[in-house]
Amino acid sequence: MTPDPALVSDLRAALGPDALLVSAEACAPFECDALNTQRRRPEVVALPRSAEQVMEVLRACRRHATPVVARGAGTGLSGGALPVQGGVLLVLARLNRIIEVDPARRLARVEPGVTNLEISQAAAPHGLYYAPDPSSQVACTIGGNVAENSGGVHCLKHGLTVHNLLEVRVATIDGEWLTLGSTAGEAPGLSLLPLFTGSEGMLGVAVETTVRLKPLPERVELVMAAFGDVRRCADAVGRIIAWGLVPAGLEMMDAPAIRAAEAFVRCGYPTDAAALLLCELDGLTHDVQRDLDAVQSLLLDCGATSLRVATDAAERLRMWSGRKSAFPAVGRLAPDYFCMDGTIPRRHLGDVLERIAAMSQAAGLPVANVFHAGDGNLHPLILFDAGRPGEVERAEHLGAEILELCVAVGGTVTGEHGVGVEKLGPMCTQFGPDELEAFHGVKRAFDPDGLLNPGKAVPTLARCADYGAMRVHGGKLPFSHLPRF
Amino acid sequence: MDRDATATLVERVREATARRTPLRIVGGDTKRFYGRVIEGTPLRMREHTGILRHDPAELVLTARGGTPLAEIEAQLASLGQRLPFEPPHFGPDATLGGTVACGLAGPARAWTGPLRDFVLGVRVLTGDGRVLRFGGEVMKNVAGYDVARLMAGALGILGALLDVSLKVLPLPPGERTLSLEMDEAAALARLAELARGALPLSAGSWTDGRAYLRFEGSDATLDDVQERVGGEVVADSRGFWTSLREQTHPFFGGEQPLWRCTVPPLAPPLSIAGAPLIEWNGSQRWYRCAPGVTAFDAAAAVGGHAALFRHASTADEVFAPLPAPLMRLHRALKREFDPAGILNGGRMYADL
Repeated sequence: MTPDPALVSDLRAALGPDALLVSAEACAPFECDALNTQRRRPEVVALPRSAEQVMEVLRACRRHATPVVARGAGTGLSGGALPVQGGVLLVLARLNRIIEVDPARRLARVEPGVTNLEISQAAAPHGLYYAPDPSSQVACTIGGNVAENSGGVHCLKHGLTVHNLLEVRVATIDGEWLTLGSTAGEAPGLSLLPLFTGSEGMLGVAVETTVRLKPLPERVELVMAAFGDVRRCADAVGRIIAWGLVPAGLEMMDAPAIRAAEAFVRCGYPTDAAALLLCELDGLTHDVQRDLDAVQSLLLDCGATSLRVATDAAERLRMWSGRKSAFPAVGRLAPDYFCMDGTIPRRHLGDVLERIAAMSQAAGLPVANVFHAGDGNLHPLILFDAGRPGEVERAEHLGAEILELCVAVGGTVTGEHGVGVEKLGPMCTQFGPDELEAFHGVKRAFDPDGLLNPGKAVPTLARCADYGAMRVHGGKLPFSHLPRF
Repeated sequence: MDRDATATLVERVREATARRTPLRIVGGDTKRFYGRVIEGTPLRMREHTGILRHDPAELVLTARGGTPLAEIEAQLASLGQRLPFEPPHFGPDATLGGTVACGLAGPARAWTGPLRDFVLGVRVLTGDGRVLRFGGEVMKNVAGYDVARLMAGALGILGALLDVSLKVLPLPPGERTLSLEMDEAAALARLAELARGALPLSAGSWTDGRAYLRFEGSDATLDDVQERVGGEVVADSRGFWTSLREQTHPFFGGEQPLWRCTVPPLAPPLSIAGAPLIEWNGSQRWYRCAPGVTAFDAAAAVGGHAALFRHASTADEVFAPLPAPLMRLHRALKREFDPAGILNGGRMYADL
């Protein structure tokens, strides 16, 4: 399909030279994000250099009734930045200025193309940092973090993206500027900043974000505990929190993940353990000491077979390196893998992990678990070989079963990766038609013509009817009253 | 007490929708003063009450909207936890629903975050009688738009809160408040400086020539802090902060209109007559103004916002005016959740 020449000419006029890609070769690198099983080559890629140019792109798209998909670094795991047919891909990578770092007010104001890690690097000389740290933080951009409400390994204590934002300047599809939130902390009117955060590019385009910076902690300690079985490890998570501790990070890995990580980065993990818990504590020296003593005795009491406290920062980083490279490490075990992202109430961790193991066995596909135990945010990695007939379908089916299990125990189908195109089906498991219609209502309020990232994040009721037909559950069809298409 | 009044409430709202009868959502009616004065048939939430779940290992509490805030706080305290945003009650009958709808937070706000940060999920009754569930009882949840947090501070204009799930946190091992004599400008600089450091500050205030700083942590930490910060130990730390939170401190006495200004922490003293009471990291400042005087412009001049918090008259607008595109968006959202415009109409802005 060739793009509308009038649109291309409007965009070219607005953006100047070198900011518009229309040839198939030039557009090819933008055909997917990190969910690379879904690809669609965009017909037009716009690369604005300023907020004003972003606005011009949106206005042109509105004039020509053309869909527009915003994209940051393309590290998203759910296909949120997958181009749409006949649409413009709005790449924000060139808006990469750190506008200000204000240590006195503990904030940084940045353009959307600044990477997550760059913010902390710019803040470090002032003894400050930006807390959310998704594992892709070297590459992922703050614009994408806002769109996905990104998490990381320190969310339980330090919050998600939504907890660390002060103000976002948004360009709307109506061609207007909105300031959501405030550097004063509170803004009058409805709480639109949290509504916008995690909205996956469906409500507007953030062109400037002001984040809260935190003081670097005085002391950090990392404890690694090995367990002989998964359930004991899972139970330790609840015990630590119920005791009154909120660790900075509380991460768990099962045996396949431990072995894969150890083989990949040689980080000193005990390869005979059935489960591993990494518990990071941060804060003031005395408080960290108190917590460190408590956590060690709790872990032993919960049946830990070995404990190790990192002796210095270098060892701490080495111990983290296995966890942080777990996805690629597990990725070496099979030609392909799907990463699930369900979140469950922590009390169900042990049960759910056992059920997943049983499902994995029944499906004949290995599953490795490496996840944010403190948040109850699971990342089962389903290993498969797309080259073998039927295996992709089996892996998808297993993934859907796992997410349905998460919903059944009171959890959610996505804790931090977003819905994108990947989890449109599972969304139908979690929400009924009334909630989905309310989501579409929110979308209408911001984008009446549905031009921003159409077809993502919230499934249509028709799609859920089809999904329900595919996945009849215990004889109960979630959308039985809807006609089938 | 555990009572599910969902069916009755839904019926009342549907009737009101059919007849276009304006409703005024009422929990404990402790915060009737907050927002614009409105008329309407009361939609009483008190009968919908009860704590549904609280498991300390989850750091989550779920309760019905009409549950007394005092009951929730007692339940949490019994297991060594608390609501981290320290909400004001403004009376013994305050409910969870009203607390979340008003979105107000107490002294800890600048350090732990606003109330909305702790909202994990809601079940909400919309203006056209739909019962919708958003969010849940887990810490991380990015499925669908965050409508749960949208309800925090919405003053009931989008829906009545049937159930709310909140993130809760452990009580600190101890607290200590230090008081130091200084002027307003010095206090603002000190609060901002302390907020930048790693000291476990959990509340700050300045009034009548003295700064008050609350720290939380183990005894060893608090001794350390006291050595570094200096000042005098305030004997009744809890009592002092409660008097600010509940506005029983003498500053809040009398009938003069009370203005709340939220401004960037280091904003210079505002051009408003009279000394303020400063809270948080310097970003919440209270002023007593003569009737008829507004603080909107003075707060806006330093990049903040003013709200007429308590007042005797039926003032025209009590919240800072919104820019036109933002107001249009508010109206569009109102139409989606309350198409007949029957829920708390006019409580936030005249035509909303």
